[in-house]
Amino acid sequence: MNRLRRTMLFVPGNSPGMIRDAHIYGSDSIMFDLEDSVALGEKDAARHLVYQALKTIDYGTIEKVVRVNPLNTVYGQDDIEAMVQAKVNVIRLPKTETPQDILDTEEIITSIEKKADMEIGSTKMMAAIESALGVVNAYSIAISSNRLVGIALGAEDYTASLKTTRSLDGVELFFARSQIVVAARAAGIDAIDTVFSNLNDMETFEKEIRLIKQLGFDGKSVINPRQIDVVHKIFAPTEKEIEKALRILSAMKEAEEKGSGVVNLDGKMIDKPVLLRAQRMIEMAVASGMYYPEDNEEE
Amino acid sequence: MDFLKKGLAGTLESGDIFIEIEKSELPGIHIDLQSKVKNQYGKQILLVITETLKEYGIDNVNVKAIDQGSLDCTIRARVTTAIYRGSGKNDYRWE
Repeated sequence: MNRLRRTMLFVPGNSPGMIRDAHIYGSDSIMFDLEDSVALGEKDAARHLVYQALKTIDYGTIEKVVRVNPLNTVYGQDDIEAMVQAKVNVIRLPKTETPQDILDTEEIITSIEKKADMEIGSTKMMAAIESALGVVNAYSIAISSNRLVGIALGAEDYTASLKTTRSLDGVELFFARSQIVVAARAAGIDAIDTVFSNLNDMETFEKEIRLIKQLGFDGKSVINPRQIDVVHKIFAPTEKEIEKALRILSAMKEAEEKGSGVVNLDGKMIDKPVLLRAQRMIEMAVASGMYYPEDNEEE
Repeated sequence: MDFLKKGLAGTLESGDIFIEIEKSELPGIHIDLQSKVKNQYGKQILLVITETLKEYGIDNVNVKAIDQGSLDCTIRARVTTAIYRGSGKNDYRWE
């Protein structure tokens, strides 16, 4: 099953209490932040803290991501070295503008993996796209490395680079969002949406989740545990959708057993995209705790 | 590692530990620990601080530690940060 990335919880890298508790809220990924949430004078402390936490705390099956400082800062290289050595799952590179940014980071990761006798390629990457140039280059960024598992939109810097501001309906983000989803899909990786920072406006937050789900995003970065369930609920399939998906998959199984290349359901031929969507739907249902494959097998 | 100045790290927030390390005129590691859970976890906190200092070959310092319910990994991280800050070095050991 593909890893779900519906929610990626931001955790400031210099907050021991939040680092300790980050895995209890049920997000699909945890993103420890060494970048914008850490003051310049505390970059060393945050790096040591996240390094020790990753080496010690058992976060279970939750994906561990670290947002490092960009390579053009004095912190970037040390961040990457510490996190790769601590066996983080994913290095998230901020402010990615060109494929070269990814290649430069990858080169460092590879040299550390070699030095530490780790499997080359075991550390994955994610690129945050946060500028007009990054959005224009989204596809070439998305295909620049086999380590990439996803690209994410960072809307604050992006809207500033567009010389505009963020609005409630997000009209200024429409192009970037669509471009990022299309680039991610063309490259076969995930698309993650930007954060929504007004915790008191849950109504707009829900609208935004519905919008990005419809656009095709796999999930969203979240800044507060309160936001996690809201995203998961909206991304969860309905019972009717699950039932239909199960019927499609059972028709597929039947066709396979008969050795038939054509799948029929209720007299209609089922196309490959529909099969893929049904599989994805069931994966999502399992992750949402709405469907238990083991129970079904017993029947 | 030698201490050129006081090395400070950590905060007084819940889950954290504040660490202050300075060179001692007397040999040995002298730790002044304040913690609400000193009775239950004091020994363990002192052990983690001492072990971390010894990893860096440090054996004559005064340490002030104010614990707010920190995990071992937090203690190690804060002591290490204070060591590097106090010694003015940045040849970090990630392994």
